[in-house]
Amino acid sequence: MRKETLQAWALILPALLLLVAFTHWPAVATLVDSFYTTPKGSRPPRFVGLENFTDLWTDPVFWRAMHNNAIYAIATIPISIVLALAMALAVNTAIPGRALVRMAYFTPTMLPMIAVANIWLFFFTPDYGLFDQILAPFGGGRHNWLGDTATALPAMIAVAVWKEAGFFMLFFLAALQAMPPDLKEAANLEGSSRWNFFRRVTLPLLMPTTLFVLVNAVINAFRLVDHVVVMTRGGPDNATTLLLYYIYEAGFRFWDTALASTLTVVLLILLGLLAWLQFGVLGKRIHYR
Amino acid sequence: MESGSTEHGAEVRLSNVTRLWGATAALAGVSLHVRAGTFCVLLGPSGCGKTTCLRIVAGLDHATSGTVEIGGRDVTALPPAARGVSMVFQSYALFPHLSVAENIMFGLKARSVPAGERAKRLDRAVEILGIGHLLARRPGQLSGGQQQRVALGRAIVAEAPVCLMDEPLSNLDAQLRAEMRRELLALQRRLGITMLYVTHDQTEAMGMADQVVLLRDGRIEQDAAPADMYAVPETRFAASFIGTPPMNLLPTTATSAGLVVTGTETPVLRPTASRPLLAGIRPEALRPAETGLPVTVSHAEYLGADTILACSIGSVGSVGSAGDTRLLARVPGRVSMPDGTPIRLAFDPADLHFFDADTGHRFTAA
Ligand SMILES: Nc1ncnc2c1ncn2[C@@H]1O[C@H](COP(=O)(O)OP(=O)(O)OP(=O)(O)O)[C@@H](O)[C@H]1O
Ligand SMILES: [Mg+2]
Repeated sequence: MRKETLQAWALILPALLLLVAFTHWPAVATLVDSFYTTPKGSRPPRFVGLENFTDLWTDPVFWRAMHNNAIYAIATIPISIVLALAMALAVNTAIPGRALVRMAYFTPTMLPMIAVANIWLFFFTPDYGLFDQILAPFGGGRHNWLGDTATALPAMIAVAVWKEAGFFMLFFLAALQAMPPDLKEAANLEGSSRWNFFRRVTLPLLMPTTLFVLVNAVINAFRLVDHVVVMTRGGPDNATTLLLYYIYEAGFRFWDTALASTLTVVLLILLGLLAWLQFGVLGKRIHYR
Repeated sequence: MESGSTEHGAEVRLSNVTRLWGATAALAGVSLHVRAGTFCVLLGPSGCGKTTCLRIVAGLDHATSGTVEIGGRDVTALPPAARGVSMVFQSYALFPHLSVAENIMFGLKARSVPAGERAKRLDRAVEILGIGHLLARRPGQLSGGQQQRVALGRAIVAEAPVCLMDEPLSNLDAQLRAEMRRELLALQRRLGITMLYVTHDQTEAMGMADQVVLLRDGRIEQDAAPADMYAVPETRFAASFIGTPPMNLLPTTATSAGLVVTGTETPVLRPTASRPLLAGIRPEALRPAETGLPVTVSHAEYLGADTILACSIGSVGSVGSAGDTRLLARVPGRVSMPDGTPIRLAFDPADLHFFDADTGHRFTAA
């Protein structure tokens, strides 16, 4: 018995070590750091309680980042999910060349974000970029899509949706293919229209998948930052600064560990709340097979 | 029929229906007439095209050629919903997220039947099937038999004149199956609907059908009432498919005295014919006696009401015997015989059937 216990510990030790080193310890350290000042030169960190959080309350860049992130989330999440569902429904029917279409939809997901960002940088380039070239014949002038505070965030949203929708489509497609085809046949015999079947059968049966996708989409909305780094660096005038990008800047450009830790704790609390809300409220209404 | 019932059956007619999958024909020129209000069973071995036939009637699949008529109306090009058929799937195809009541009324809602009428039809189906206590449950919370009733309920409330069933009892245990068989038959009689019922179980077919359609490799082998199919099988395939155990088919040899079972000298079965024949005799038509077909018992299986004797033709060691021709005899009561006992099996000549050994067709003396 004792020997088995030892063996068990020995077996989980490697995984445990990695988890502690790269997940649990940094998380705890971050929480601790958020109660201290940033060490500067010879000055050691000093315990300040909740002062970092109250400072954040009056930080305009923080509120800007929160605001941007809220818009970014509210736009990318529903658009990418609806688009993913639509694409999954489209490629689940027997259309010619559907393997090709499926692959095309999924390609953005396979590309590294840096590559994606560079492709879109080209699309958004004034004059020579794809969008300006397309718009030119219709009298569109030159646009500095990424340089204009009005269009920079929507441009980022477009990139995120393009990248995410194909990924989420995979989950919807898998769920659709797992649905027994005789349900559709039974509904056809009963005189159900396609819309009625979609609304009363397909959609409810896809709800577990939708919840899963939704949780992922929410996390991604606060996690995707690579394209901000490559394309705008949060500019112009913080128009595209998202929460995680702000954390990155605070932590690795200004070495303000106190601010970065505090922001991280806020982000974690936010994500925790959202996940609890989704599973708690939606989870109860969903039928799991 | 029940008073106030709006149901009545409709006749179903298939004319020369063929269904090709690439080069193979799942159905090859099937013509079939099911009269209104009949319980018709499509019977046959696995892969013979039963499901395909049913799906073509339902409109879930389309015939490569040929026409389908329901109630005198050509429905070949109509979608499933416009054909006036209901169907019970082998898998039941219940909607897992809907309650029993919602499952049953799904089609009525889809067709915008008024709420009052919906409730009336639901009540009636619930009363017929005895599932009142299950209405709020989900399919996942039901037993196989209960799910089957719900699937039936969905078919009943549609009040379609034709009901199609694809092996609806195959997921149930033997006892429940026998019970549901009786219930289904009673239900069909009560509603007066036309039933097209698929099974590969011949006892199910014999017990329920008014009309049995025996399929083989996409063709109709025989289309008859169960009693006729039992009494007068038209082909050697029909003979070997119907009955528990099925008919014995024995090779014959022509002798100067007449036709005998290969490996024996007596009894003479009939005068010699111009063609090689197979002699068919049902196991239940054989009885141990002083005279008759000489056989050796290789095994006796006691089943309770009767005993199945597995025998081989001829006596052990007899020279020139076709010792590997097997036959079964079904004798009433308990008969214990040590393996290897030589006995004789008597039969009434009227119980003999003859089939052309080459074509497999029934041979009738000219
Ligand atoms: N979608 C399909 N594609 C190709 N061949 C098919 C298809 N569906 C059926 N078939 C073929 O058609 C033939 C008849 O099939 P069907 O399902 O009607 O048989 P069945 O009599 O219902 O058999 P079972 O008792 O096993 O259900 C089979 O040989 C089968 O392989
Ligand atoms: Mg079948």
